[in-house]
Amino acid sequence: MDVGFSSLRSEAVGAVRTAMVSAENLQLTLKAELSQEEQALTHIRSNPKEAHKAGNEDLKEMLESSKESLKLEAMKRIVGLIAKGKNASELFPAVVKNVASKNIELKKLVYVYLVRYAEEQQDLALLSISTFQRALKDPNQFIRASALRVLSSIRVPIIVPIMMLAIKEAAADLSPYVRKTSAHAIQKLFSLDADQKEQLIEVIEKLLKDKSTLVAGSVVMAFEEVCPDRIDLIHKNYRKLCNLLVDVEEWGQVVIISMLTRYARTQFTSPWKEGAMFDENNEKAFYESDSEEKKGHTEEKPYIMDPDHRLLLRNTKPLLQSRNTAVVMSVAQLYWHLAPKHEVSIVTKSLVRLLRSHREVQYIVLQNIATMSIQRKGMFEPFMKSFYVRSTDATHIKTLKLEILTNLANEANISTILREFQTYVKSQDKAFAAATIQAIGRCATNISEVTDTCLNGLVLLLSNRDETVVAESVVVIKKLLQTQPTQHSEIIKHMAKLFDNITVPMARASILWLIGEYCERVPKIAPDVLRKMAKSFTAEEDIVKLQTVNLAAKLYLTNSKQTKLLTQYILNLGKYDQNYDIRDRTRFIRQLIVPSEKSGALNKYARRILLAPKPAPVLESSFKDRDRFQLGTLSHSLNSKATGYQELSDWPAVAPDQSVRNVEIIEASGSDSEEESSESEKTSSDSGKSSSGSEQSSSESELEQKKKKKTKKVPQKKSKPTAADRYSEIPAVCWSLRASFFFPVTTSSFGPVKTYELLHHMTGKGLAAKYHFPRQPCLYQPSMVAVQVILSNSSDHSLEEIHIGDRSPASLSIHCFNTIERLEPEASVTVSMGIDFSDSTQAANFQLCTKEDQFSVSIQPAVGELLMPSSMTEQDFCKEQGKLQGMNETSATITMETANASSQAISKQVLSVANVGVVSSSQNNFSRFAGRTVSSGALVLVSLELKESSTALLTINTEKTVMASMLLRDIKQALTQA
Amino acid sequence: MIHSLFLVNASGDIFLEKHWKSVVSRSVCDYFFEAQERATEPENVPPVIPTPHHYLISVLRHRIYFVAVIQSEVPPLFVIEFLHRVVDTFQDYFGVCTEAAIKDNVVVVYELLEEMLDNGFPLATESNILKELIKPPTILRTMVNTITGSTNVGEQLPTGQLSVVPWRRTGVKYTNNEAYFDVVEEIDAIIDKSGSTITAEIQGVIDACVKLTGMPDLTLSFMNPRLLDDVSFHPCVRFKRWEAERILSFIPPDGNFRLLSYHVSSQNLVAIPVYVKHNITFREGSSQGRFDLTLGPKQTMGKAVESVLVSSQLPRGVLNANLNPSQGTYTFDPVTKLLSWDVGKINPQKLPSLKGTMSLQAGASKPDENPTINIQFKIQQMAISGLKVNRLDMYGEKYKPFKGIKYMTKAGKFQRCVWIAGSDRYYTNRASLIIVTS
Repeated sequence: MDVGFSSLRSEAVGAVRTAMVSAENLQLTLKAELSQEEQALTHIRSNPKEAHKAGNEDLKEMLESSKESLKLEAMKRIVGLIAKGKNASELFPAVVKNVASKNIELKKLVYVYLVRYAEEQQDLALLSISTFQRALKDPNQFIRASALRVLSSIRVPIIVPIMMLAIKEAAADLSPYVRKTSAHAIQKLFSLDADQKEQLIEVIEKLLKDKSTLVAGSVVMAFEEVCPDRIDLIHKNYRKLCNLLVDVEEWGQVVIISMLTRYARTQFTSPWKEGAMFDENNEKAFYESDSEEKKGHTEEKPYIMDPDHRLLLRNTKPLLQSRNTAVVMSVAQLYWHLAPKHEVSIVTKSLVRLLRSHREVQYIVLQNIATMSIQRKGMFEPFMKSFYVRSTDATHIKTLKLEILTNLANEANISTILREFQTYVKSQDKAFAAATIQAIGRCATNISEVTDTCLNGLVLLLSNRDETVVAESVVVIKKLLQTQPTQHSEIIKHMAKLFDNITVPMARASILWLIGEYCERVPKIAPDVLRKMAKSFTAEEDIVKLQTVNLAAKLYLTNSKQTKLLTQYILNLGKYDQNYDIRDRTRFIRQLIVPSEKSGALNKYARRILLAPKPAPVLESSFKDRDRFQLGTLSHSLNSKATGYQELSDWPAVAPDQSVRNVEIIEASGSDSEEESSESEKTSSDSGKSSSGSEQSSSESELEQKKKKKTKKVPQKKSKPTAADRYSEIPAVCWSLRASFFFPVTTSSFGPVKTYELLHHMTGKGLAAKYHFPRQPCLYQPSMVAVQVILSNSSDHSLEEIHIGDRSPASLSIHCFNTIERLEPEASVTVSMGIDFSDSTQAANFQLCTKEDQFSVSIQPAVGELLMPSSMTEQDFCKEQGKLQGMNETSATITMETANASSQAISKQVLSVANVGVVSSSQNNFSRFAGRTVSSGALVLVSLELKESSTALLTINTEKTVMASMLLRDIKQALTQA
Repeated sequence: MIHSLFLVNASGDIFLEKHWKSVVSRSVCDYFFEAQERATEPENVPPVIPTPHHYLISVLRHRIYFVAVIQSEVPPLFVIEFLHRVVDTFQDYFGVCTEAAIKDNVVVVYELLEEMLDNGFPLATESNILKELIKPPTILRTMVNTITGSTNVGEQLPTGQLSVVPWRRTGVKYTNNEAYFDVVEEIDAIIDKSGSTITAEIQGVIDACVKLTGMPDLTLSFMNPRLLDDVSFHPCVRFKRWEAERILSFIPPDGNFRLLSYHVSSQNLVAIPVYVKHNITFREGSSQGRFDLTLGPKQTMGKAVESVLVSSQLPRGVLNANLNPSQGTYTFDPVTKLLSWDVGKINPQKLPSLKGTMSLQAGASKPDENPTINIQFKIQQMAISGLKVNRLDMYGEKYKPFKGIKYMTKAGKFQRCVWIAGSDRYYTNRASLIIVTS
């Protein structure tokens, strides 16, 4: 620049130079400042970096130390970093090393870290996979589940096949908790790799059949995520889901209910009468609980509700009493979308109850009530007072309540509502006051009786001191006057008088429009207003200018004598306005109204164009069209379609085949719940045929019976050991259900379960019994061994009253299964019992009785079944082993089958013989297993040391020496045989 | 379902984030901040905010916004309910749910959040199960942990999740077995200027603190169950038994829980236990206003009305108030125009009053809003609806639980009682009360 300038020498060179110098100075100072700032910036930037790095180095060291406490401390600090959103990914290698840590908290924190960063460090993340794969085989269900949880949360595409395999295996796991985890994993895998959809659907299909309440919610969630359109998968499970619903955890209930709502809309015919118009009178009748009238009403209908449809409605109703607001809302929407019109009202009370909850809950519930109240005033009218606004409500709550009150207004209650509105208008919250005025306007148009009252009230508000209130009133009055094209010149005059004091543009524009529109009614005032406007035109807002132009044009047409010059003046001002809309409008109006040679045919029609009678605006609720969305959904809340929103289909005109939901009952079940559910299915089909009125009572009485069945047990059961057992009966049901369901697939991670014969069908005159040890902790008493017995009837007649009779030795304590009332031919049932073998392999003899016969049977447990797995660390194992030396140690050297040489094969063989737990080992040539005897809880430690040439030293340490030798024999046999 | 969670404090800083699926950048919260700026009051931030790719659902509690990020359709109440459950859990664990408490316990918070959701779907939300998995920090435990190096993470496995009573932890043991139930009722009323009630309703809850060994099965019956119009239960309550016999039958969770919340049918006339005489006037053209308020008890069945707190939002034109309370203390905030008067206990012999003058902006016209008056109070040993517990029985365990009646009162948490005075009418009030037995 300097160079350029120095070449330019003119007369002004001096002046320029002075300028340049000062400019240069300025530049210099600027530069100096900049560099200072830059310095500061780099300083700041570099410093924390160093600090950060140093911190991380420090953490790395801590992680690599041998002290658990240091590692834990480091992980805690790292989690703190993650929580703050700081990047801690460079520590990945150091952290991932600790994935197999023994310390549970450390392990959990490592999992947190791993899940967070695995996506970014895919290669390193693979290092941890084998740990999880190992844990997936762990005998402890919680360890299996948590391994699957973390494994499936690691978003690394390479491991998709491993995840798929793990999910498939877990879906067939014996533990419902693991199956639940696998349902969660399905969604994770699907979001990672959508190509797996087909395979995943297979797993979902399998899991949908699951009868555990634990699994139901999660698998339906997976269904909704992966294949919401595969409605066909639901058919067979529909009734089961309905029946399980009450016992599913609350979050699962929400998901299941919303899925069933969609399902029902595709499978059942509409329960609403033709035209679906709602009859207010019926509603009233319902409120007075006039059941007779209701009955008569339903009998007239040719429509018969599908029993399955009724089942859904009946089973969801109790959930209205849930403490979980989401559950209540989802039941409410289910009733709204599925129930016959006169039944919907039962949800009202519960929805109103939700208004006591947190503000956010109120917001959503009020939105839904707003939509509902448009179609069904009667539902909420009795609760009108619950929607009265309180001064402490948040603004959005207030507006929603106002909306609902407006929707509820009718001839009968309008005076009450208007009185209430009057106090709102005086609210200190001006936005709310303005909204109230809008609401008054809506009431006035909807209910013709009060239009005049409202109008007068609004006119009074025009003298209010608050501008927003006045402005809003003007706007609303304008709309009202339009709908009431009678003599309202007084009001218009009044408004014209107020005009000078009103500054809100929208209100000024509204008044101008009104005067223009009805200028013939106020012939004296109108030109005067125009005169004033001409004076202030340039200072007005655009919207006011436009209306001034309009007013001018209209007056020109009706009263050109007085206003011709004014109009031309305004049009001239408009022509040079800054806003193109106004210039455009001015040009258009001029051509339209001012006759000239150029103006064409339109001129003739100017009057008809500008002064045409205009249709009155319709004041309606902003919730009017929200009913296109399913209630309770996010889309409904936002009034726009959210990603992933599933449309609720219309009712089919003809019901699809009902039989698709029939499930062949292959096996009867001795369990209470099964009986009950089949019973309720029966009643539901009966009741479906009868009228809905009587049916309700029948269902109630049925509930009562059931309830009695359950509750009466309380005092009666004094004979049973402890009352706590009552509860264990229920899980017993779950177990047995699950066992019967999975029985054909007996594989589990502990290897095949051996089934033994208890009673051959030839000796049992048709009754056959088999048993196996499910290796679950016995639910009746901890000292008992759980045994599952599969009873089947191979005769051609049904067997009745199957129960357990005398037992020997008499002291033998057995927890019997409940008497099975009836077993149909070809049916089978699985029941659980518990037997206290007192740690001996002495057979338990007892009689299996039917109504006619008694068969002596005996269960002889293998010694390995008398154990329970015990989890311990290697150190603990060695410590305990040290205590059980000498007499308590039995050992043998065995020659192993080569196929069994790997530690995995050893575990498999040992676990097939004995119900023990694997102790993770740091040495390759050692396999260790630990268990406790079921009755006395004595420790049983099995260790196997591999020597050269496939020989091994098998050692068993336990106080129970007899068991030790028997166990030694069994394990030896298992390992030496292939 | 729930993708991520951000915790935002009152000053608009994100102080904690947690992701259950892939990481969502915290810049998504900018949309939230925009909405926050637009809102005049913290409560006015809309609970559901759409952004181009996500949806933000937030709840505000203890001046912390819990902002959940959602990617696709989900019932908004599902998320809101869950977020409140998270807050309740934090409160349960740390005693308070403040930014400081959360920051101090960030590891426990993270462990909790990890257990509560799996892939955005709620996994374990029962406090009994969570406490088995992660032990709440206490001073003693923190000390022990520092010394012994043990951890907060329970060694036990969450066996409760498998049980049919997932809300109760297993193996509960107490030397003193006791069960306390607090019946707390709230009156919610709007009263107009002349003292007539516009609406009044009673909500109640029964909060329980049950410390019983083993698996007790309790039944609780009422003298007058018909009073209860609409109820919602803790999942432990057997609904069918209630339907048929109006008896609460349940296996309780261990510790504190809310057994029941109910609504007393509005048909029953509600007796409002306090009354207010008020005279608040402004004269046109004068810069002074008169303020005169007297409180008195009525229909309290001889029980004392305690912890009375009166608050009123005075019109904007009021510059200051110079008042003289006959008892208690009052404060007036000239910025927010909030007048609050801590009355304490009402002595029926000498009714508390607050009298004096208000100074108005010179030259300003007479305010036309009505000041509303909110009143908070407590009455011990009385349930205003008249609800009475008949008896509590225990089955299933052999020991005798602590017998005797324990009375206690709890103040309600929120308050919308307003008597409104001024030219037109006044609003609501509410009370909270009482009791019960074991």
